Amino acid sequence: MSDALLTVDKLRVEFGSSAKKRFTAVKDVSFEIMKGETFGLVGESGSGKTTIGRSIVRINELSSGRILWKGKQISGTISKELDREVVQKIQMIFQDPMASLNERAKVDYIVSEGLYNIGGFANEAERKAKVEKALLEVGLLPEFASRFPHEFSGGQRQRIGIARALIMEPELLVADEPISALDVSIRAQVLNLLSELQKKNGLTYLFIAHDLSVVRFITDRIAVINKGDIVELAETEELFEHPLHPYTKALLSAIPVPDPRQEKRKKIRIYDPACHDYSKEGPSWQEAAPGHYVLGNAAELARYREEIAGAHAAP
Amino acid sequence: MASTTPLLSVRDLVIKFNLRGQVLTAIRGASLDLYEGETLAIVGESGSGKSVFTKSFLGMLDQNGWVDSGSIMFEGKDIAGYKSQDEWRRIRGKKISMVFQDPMTALNPLRTIGKQIEEVLELHQGLSGKHATLAAIDILSKVGIPDAQTRHKQYPHEFSGGMRQRVVIAIAMACKPKILICDEPTTALDVTIQAQILDLIRALQSDFGFTTIYITHDLGVVANVADRVAVMYAGQIIEQGTVEELFYDPRHPYSWALLSSLPQLGIKHEALYAIKGTPPNLFNPVQGDAFAPRNPNALNIDFLLEPPDFSVSPTHTVRSWLLDGRAPRLEPPPAIKALKAKYERSEQ
Repeated sequence: MSDALLTVDKLRVEFGSSAKKRFTAVKDVSFEIMKGETFGLVGESGSGKTTIGRSIVRINELSSGRILWKGKQISGTISKELDREVVQKIQMIFQDPMASLNERAKVDYIVSEGLYNIGGFANEAERKAKVEKALLEVGLLPEFASRFPHEFSGGQRQRIGIARALIMEPELLVADEPISALDVSIRAQVLNLLSELQKKNGLTYLFIAHDLSVVRFITDRIAVINKGDIVELAETEELFEHPLHPYTKALLSAIPVPDPRQEKRKKIRIYDPACHDYSKEGPSWQEAAPGHYVLGNAAELARYREEIAGAHAAP
Repeated sequence: MASTTPLLSVRDLVIKFNLRGQVLTAIRGASLDLYEGETLAIVGESGSGKSVFTKSFLGMLDQNGWVDSGSIMFEGKDIAGYKSQDEWRRIRGKKISMVFQDPMTALNPLRTIGKQIEEVLELHQGLSGKHATLAAIDILSKVGIPDAQTRHKQYPHEFSGGMRQRVVIAIAMACKPKILICDEPTTALDVTIQAQILDLIRALQSDFGFTTIYITHDLGVVANVADRVAVMYAGQIIEQGTVEELFYDPRHPYSWALLSSLPQLGIKHEALYAIKGTPPNLFNPVQGDAFAPRNPNALNIDFLLEPPDFSVSPTHTVRSWLLDGRAPRLEPPPAIKALKAKYERSEQ
């Protein structure tokens, strides 16, 4: 596929110095993010979803595998020019707006810090203009530039975090749980802002979250990750309508739905890794239906294909 | 399920806090009845007063806070007037207890979990030594901790998040309370673990027959657990009713806004309904309906006079002028109508 903006190829991340202490957080994970789409990465705590996000923005080192940006390798040692491009074009939005802003800096500095790092302005007037534009874009007033983070509410602080990413004119935004620390009514505001910005600026998102209901609303495709393995990847509605992997099914069954009737009837599935028989043949990454990938061995895949065919035959 | 006389009855409760010389009115006249055996969910945003409200049932308000007026009737006594810790000790942990949000901070990291449960048993039931230990092991196995014999000698760091929350529930359950207050019991947990903890609380409730109050902002959890729901906004209960009334026939514009801002009910590629503005500053007196400034359909009277509680049904009350006969009829937003239509279809 040629129009992939970002390609993650057999990414492996290990922590711990000695072989004894080694912990593999991400196990040979591969996926592609297309230009203009919103790609969701969903998993529980400890699944490695954040580690993948951090590897993409070059915070975590890779143990093996590679990450490509428009076909060029950006993992490992890369040239200064490319590093600068990546720093500018891939930006991150963090989870907790209470912790991710420098309390002792004014909004003006927080928002333009990235510009200082890459020398992204010719003079002070240009920098000021850029800060103003970024603040307006996220629905804040330009006057706010002279204030400190503590003067803002949670929702406004998250907007500052988004403005700080936008000012770099990025192409890919890695949003790591951008709304889970916010109140219900503020969540809607931030979600609306993110999709507005996507339409206006043609942004691509990698949306990392544990809350499947939010992910369903905002993403085009979803990858489900469990203990460092991506177990299933499909278009959002396909994944919700025809989940194949038992882990995906368990995760979907557990999301609380705001509908008492449905909620009181529901059955929760529990994922037991022992349900896979990998003694004869280990699992591999296979396409079960067009664009619908799942981790499984030959026997499981045959069953998954049958399941999908059956589901499509009887709507 | 609901019996006629309430187990706990709160009337016109006003709670104030003194913060650096300024007085904040956190609860502005809230009334609530809790019936034996039911599960009541209190829903609201942060700062709406839902935690402060329920903490007052346990005498756990911070030092700078006090019940200014109103009453909390429990077992024939007005506990709102309790001052001394001796009085509270007869209630707190014994008759009414609480499960806290974050199991990582609710437990003492320096004591074994067995000791932490025994502490409650010693204080309230006078058990000691071997008896307390055996009782603690018994409770641990009841909350689904496998191999409680050995686990009770372990420290909190040896447990996972879900298991720690089970321990917190065990401590709250130790004295077989009448009322269990669960303050965001699953917010810090993963979804699959969340489902297990909700199931556990439900199972314990039917075994021990206590009454549960959930405090949460997650409407999915509310739909799952609640028999009745109370929605709080700016220190008042603005709507309460059965869970079906609240989800399929909400009447207060804030309840509408809260439900229609949920991504689960939104339509993909369309903007979600978002509530404008922020809740009122409770350091200042609120005139009229506290939600009026954020309500796009607010009436003139909303800014002048506080609305009374209007009854929609014997179980459903709403504090909004929209319910007055003279107010114009307003259509609920599309997301609410869709939810209602889905409900009516399933009725047929």
